[in-house]
Amino acid sequence: MLRGLWKLTWIEIKIFLREPLGAFGTIGIPVLVFVVTGRIVGHSLAPASLAASSFIGAGLPVLASVLIAISAVLSLVTIISIYREGGILKRLRATPLRPQTILTAHVIVKLLLTTATLALMVLAGKRYYPVGIHAPLLGFTMALLISTCSILSIGFLIASIVPTARFAQPIGAVIMYPMIAVSGLFVPIGSLPPPLQSVARVVPLTYTVSLLEGIWRGDAWSEHVGDVSALVVVFIVCMALSAKVFRWE
Amino acid sequence: MRPVIQVSAVRKTYGSTLAVDEVSFEVNEGEIFGLIGPNGAGKTTTMECIEGLRTPDRGTISVLGLDPFNDVYKLQERIGVQLQQAQLQKRIKVWEAVDLWASLYHKDAIDGERLLEQLGLIDKRNAWFMTLSGGQKQRLFIALALINDPEVVFLDELTTGLDPQARRAIWDLVRGIRERGKTVFLTTHLMEEAERLCDRVAIIEHGRIIDIDTPQSLVNRHCPERTVVLATNDLTAVERFRTIPQVEAITCTDSQFTIRGRGDDLVTEVIHCLSENRIRVTDFRTILPNLEDVFLKLTGHPIRD
Repeated sequence: MLRGLWKLTWIEIKIFLREPLGAFGTIGIPVLVFVVTGRIVGHSLAPASLAASSFIGAGLPVLASVLIAISAVLSLVTIISIYREGGILKRLRATPLRPQTILTAHVIVKLLLTTATLALMVLAGKRYYPVGIHAPLLGFTMALLISTCSILSIGFLIASIVPTARFAQPIGAVIMYPMIAVSGLFVPIGSLPPPLQSVARVVPLTYTVSLLEGIWRGDAWSEHVGDVSALVVVFIVCMALSAKVFRWE
Repeated sequence: MRPVIQVSAVRKTYGSTLAVDEVSFEVNEGEIFGLIGPNGAGKTTTMECIEGLRTPDRGTISVLGLDPFNDVYKLQERIGVQLQQAQLQKRIKVWEAVDLWASLYHKDAIDGERLLEQLGLIDKRNAWFMTLSGGQKQRLFIALALINDPEVVFLDELTTGLDPQARRAIWDLVRGIRERGKTVFLTTHLMEEAERLCDRVAIIEHGRIIDIDTPQSLVNRHCPERTVVLATNDLTAVERFRTIPQVEAITCTDSQFTIRGRGDDLVTEVIHCLSENRIRVTDFRTILPNLEDVFLKLTGHPIRD
């Protein structure tokens, strides 16, 4: 099962970095959103404003982290569909490489990418962020990786059904970004109209946001067992579904 | 010679489309076997069933004594595959692809650098896949198909889209594979390629195999016609030609004669007749049927449709 995994992962990392625009888009944009928005909000609102300090204190870091996870997922969806359209997946499958190995390599690349982007965000934040960063970084990284895995599984499901590579990115974006709106990041779930509340309850991003905000503030993991379980369920369901409908060509 | 591939009554449908119907044949060890037919005839489907990439609806396949469906990973250790219109990652380097492929097999891979040298790719070892020409890409795919020193090599439409010069270079490489004692199974819609390269061919159309044999035997069996075209000013010649038993028809325009008949002896007899009667000719050529004519004869339409 592991034969070829590390070599394939390493090659995929190198290939990713050889495409400067794509690398910048996935790594640079969340970091820029974080620092630039943080400074604008920090300067324009009165420091004493409760909304501002809550947003800067946990909302924005979590938003940026969610963006990191989503851009990793969108890049995965695009790559998988390009590989399928170009016959690369099929060519890899006509070797002793197990299909799971091919997909695992891509997941590892995306998780490493997520970690690297988060590290960059924290480094940039220490220097430029208005209130500095005082979050449990190890725990937060763990929480982000769990979230990313869960969203990646939705990505696999999207990658399984998008017809062509050209539609992969837009379809992925149309599914992913609206989830942010109801995830509780901007408006607490309790203040949403009832129909949207039910939507929020089934959107995996809601649990991502709840978990990330909690861990960022310093909550214990035991307070977020529900969030983690929800994300694990999403992961299992989506992976099982994609295993059924995934097309290699 | 023992058969290394045995295909028996294989059938494969896609929805309501019948792609391959009751296909049976054997490929012997050490030969270049070609599955030939027009696009959409079922060549690739048949090949991919044998490679274990598709599951036939019915029928049995055995490759090196293995069942491609149940023993697919065992089989993939022992075969090399080049797929039609495959691509690699745009920005993967040539040596990285070879190195990755070499790491995938349990047995020791052969020396990748030497392979690249033999295939004329050593100057390109650091080039990205996307920068390679069509011929270079195909040579890289051949390298990847050979990296595990396979016993059987599958080549699907290997030279499609290549210019004649690159095509000839690839043919030499394929002959080289056979000289290493390997069995080659290839598909092509180019009759010239089949004629020059294959020891035996199977003609497939609409998912059915029409005939299997050496290219020469197929031509002899289905197209025994021979044609001699010659030019002479000797007006008595036509009477002389009529006395040759194999001749069936003679047409004449100006001083050019077209003599049609059947059997290998026709050409010899015409030459004999010319020399015996001291007929002076200013032009002489023969038109021999080829696989393309065989295909036309068997299916009623040319393969280039």
